[in-house]
Amino acid sequence: MSINTNTQQVAASKYLTFVLATEEYAIDILRVQEIKGWSKVTVIPNTPDYICGVINLRGTIVPIIDLRLRFGLDRLDYGQMTVVVVVKVLASNGRERIMGIVVDAVSDVYDVTETEIKPPPDFGSVISIEFIKGLATVSDKMVIVLEIDKLLNSEELAIMELAAKH
Amino acid sequence: MSIDMTEVRQLFFEESFESLDTMESNLLDLQVGEADKDLINSIFRVVHSIKGGAGIFKFERVINFAHTAETLLDEIRSGQHIVTQNMIDTLLQAVDVLRMMLTNLQNDAEDDAESIQICLNSLQSFLAEPLAAPFLEDAPAKESQAESVDTTNTAPAASGSQASAEKAAEAVEQEWLIEFKPYEDLLKTGNDPINLFNELALLGTLTVQPHLANLPSFTELNPQNCYLAWTLTLTGVVSKAQIEEIFEWVEGDCELTITCLSDSDEASAEIVSTETESTTLAEEVSDTTSLETEASTGTPPTVTEIEPTPVANVDSEAPVVETEVSTESSSEAEPESTSTRTAADVVYAAHEAALHAPIVDADTTEHKPHASGGSHAQSAEASSIRVSIDKIDDLINIVGELVITQSMLDQVSENFDLSKLMQLRDGLAQLERNTRELQESVMRIRMLPISYSFNRFPRLVHDLSVSLGKKVELRMSGEHTELDKTVLEKMSDPLVHLVRNALDHGIEKPAERRAAGKAEKGLLHLHAFHQGGNIMIQISDDGAGFNMERIRQKAITLGLLSPDEVISDEQLYEFIFHPGFSTASQISDLSGRGVGMDVVRRNIRALGGSIEINSHEGVGTTFNIRLPLTLAILDGQLVRVGQEIYILSLLSIVESLRVSLKQVNSLAGKAEVYKLRDEYIPVLRLYDLFGIQNAATRLEEGLLVIVEGDGQKIGLFVDELLSQQQIVIKSLESNYKSVAGISGATILGDGSVALILDVAGLIKLSHTQHKAALFPPRHFVQESGYEYQH
Repeated sequence: MSINTNTQQVAASKYLTFVLATEEYAIDILRVQEIKGWSKVTVIPNTPDYICGVINLRGTIVPIIDLRLRFGLDRLDYGQMTVVVVVKVLASNGRERIMGIVVDAVSDVYDVTETEIKPPPDFGSVISIEFIKGLATVSDKMVIVLEIDKLLNSEELAIMELAAKH
Repeated sequence: MSIDMTEVRQLFFEESFESLDTMESNLLDLQVGEADKDLINSIFRVVHSIKGGAGIFKFERVINFAHTAETLLDEIRSGQHIVTQNMIDTLLQAVDVLRMMLTNLQNDAEDDAESIQICLNSLQSFLAEPLAAPFLEDAPAKESQAESVDTTNTAPAASGSQASAEKAAEAVEQEWLIEFKPYEDLLKTGNDPINLFNELALLGTLTVQPHLANLPSFTELNPQNCYLAWTLTLTGVVSKAQIEEIFEWVEGDCELTITCLSDSDEASAEIVSTETESTTLAEEVSDTTSLETEASTGTPPTVTEIEPTPVANVDSEAPVVETEVSTESSSEAEPESTSTRTAADVVYAAHEAALHAPIVDADTTEHKPHASGGSHAQSAEASSIRVSIDKIDDLINIVGELVITQSMLDQVSENFDLSKLMQLRDGLAQLERNTRELQESVMRIRMLPISYSFNRFPRLVHDLSVSLGKKVELRMSGEHTELDKTVLEKMSDPLVHLVRNALDHGIEKPAERRAAGKAEKGLLHLHAFHQGGNIMIQISDDGAGFNMERIRQKAITLGLLSPDEVISDEQLYEFIFHPGFSTASQISDLSGRGVGMDVVRRNIRALGGSIEINSHEGVGTTFNIRLPLTLAILDGQLVRVGQEIYILSLLSIVESLRVSLKQVNSLAGKAEVYKLRDEYIPVLRLYDLFGIQNAATRLEEGLLVIVEGDGQKIGLFVDELLSQQQIVIKSLESNYKSVAGISGATILGDGSVALILDVAGLIKLSHTQHKAALFPPRHFVQESGYEYQH
């Protein structure tokens, strides 16, 4: 499956938005593989709390990341209403990984043109600015467009380069 | 002719190659002096079945060669010979020759007649010197056997040197008269006489004389039928078997008589010398006889008419005359040769017509033996795989379950209402599980034990150590470690290269070893095992090790390193993999050219693996190859800690026991050790290491599983042992990354994920944890993760 990484050249891209606490975040819809409910995870020992664990997604082991915890928000209990968005993430070396992100709720799908995405102001807050592609205003609401690749390849989620170790 | 022979041929080749491998390893196990009956019997069986198989396909050379080897083995078996090293070497050579002959037959390539002959001769030399010969009556039979072998394997030897009479007889040209009268439907079987004649022409000088007697008038002629008969004369160094082989495919479709006009006994040698004289005579006769033959074309020469020729063999002069007659008759007389051509054209046209005829006979495609056989054999090569019956049984069981699930779902869907929803859901869940199991079982079929690759090394090491004049003991372990067939195939060459390097550069000559205070016999150890979600292959020798100074110097000469630069050993090792880097002072035919190690690493990296070197000068070198296993299977023991289920490789478990508190001691207040018989084993509380809640914390409440990893034993404290089962290892790295202490994950029967524990990783993890107890958890994970990579 090919991923459209050249969103710059596309006039208007569709974005899926989801809600975390009170904020609305957007990700490129072409990166979304599926949306599923919460299923029991297997905890990976000695990992930060935002890595919930791994699940079996039709035979592949997929890690689940809680975005609330990743962004330093309060934990919500997982239950029947919990939503997991399964996304495809590109690593710097071009490898494609599949990850699930836990969000409060899926909101909507919007058409957003490149020009509508404005550079973010310097927050200096919980979310590092490098994970944010920009801010867009859709139907009088502000949505935060995420750099999903950077976010899910940072820190504990970074791929360790096996080949470089000798 | 309803069986597709190409398929059977293919099967024969595959089986033969496999049994030759067995024979090879059996030969290597064979001890000098003592004849292990079982080994010899199994070697004998291999040769015998190859001979039998070759008989079906009339591979005369193979039959003859195998027969000679068989005779020798039979005599060894009956105790007439004592096994010598020389004999084992010769038999090993015979394995190579047989393998070569079969490969050549498979690819329709030419045999290297010389090496066959050399090997055959040395086999026969053993036969010639029976130590105890109670079976005297066997001798003549043996001799005649040897003779027939000689004639069939004649190489176009230099005819100038006629030193021995035997040699001369070998190179003598023979005249063969072939009466070939195909039945009318020959063309329908897909055989074309022209092809046969072309092949005959390759063997020697061929003259073709067609008989048109049966040719009907043009209006009655059916282009799909063959009305012609031929008389062929073949002159050359040819055996009857070779001619028969060519006609093998038309055997049932024609009347065929092959007659030798000159005999290959010693008299024939004389005939050759007198031939020139008799030619003149023959030429005189030819004029008259050719007329006669021409006249006789009206009546087709039947088989009985030619029959008298073998009788003529008694007289050594007669056949020469006759042969010359028939040769001359077609090559000199003009009208004859034209008729040959026209006849050939007719046949060709008829065949063309047959091919383009609207009714395509199914057989046409099937019986094009020599033309299409080769390419077919090649495309089918290596496309099959041997699978253990267990795996197939598993597969059948799963399919059985699948059928049951399907019928269950069928039942649910009949008169479906909402009350059956739960049943439907259960059924679907079961279906999902069945499908997954089916998928995994099919994947498992691709897994082969690494012994497929290791098995060639005893021979390689044996041959190399002999040619290098070194004494080497090869030790192999973990041959049953399974890995994917493709990985296995791609690893073969790098492994061979490393083994050769170890023998050539690593292990020293016996004298040097003695001087260094080591045993004369060097040790080469191949070891394969699962570790950290990887397959590890270790190749270690106790040889000279790397000369670090030499590597350094070489790197400086090549400009890879500046003279005053100080770098670590690891970085120096890195130069080994540099293309064109070799510290060998002399280039041998084995290695030292500096190509290889870079290729080895490239191959391994292409598989997603890595290679590490560990070398100590004077002590030895170890290469660690780490290969990822995406598909590997292991026998797992499920253990429970709190609510979590983990899997331990059964191979790593030494024993499990209930803890008796009396035997637990603590060291320095913190670390615990358990006294097991004479050993003190460190206790590792898994719940503590992994931060698991609600687990048993008192040692007497759970179990201690003694596991071994990296040569170290530890006691893992778990809540309880669950079932044992075969598990398919899934990589954590494909979507996440490697985790210290965890070698991978698997999916349990209920669809949930369970993590597989990596014992060696756990030991390292516990060390770092003790050392770095002050750091918050996240840090030591990273640290140990890095450390683990080395």
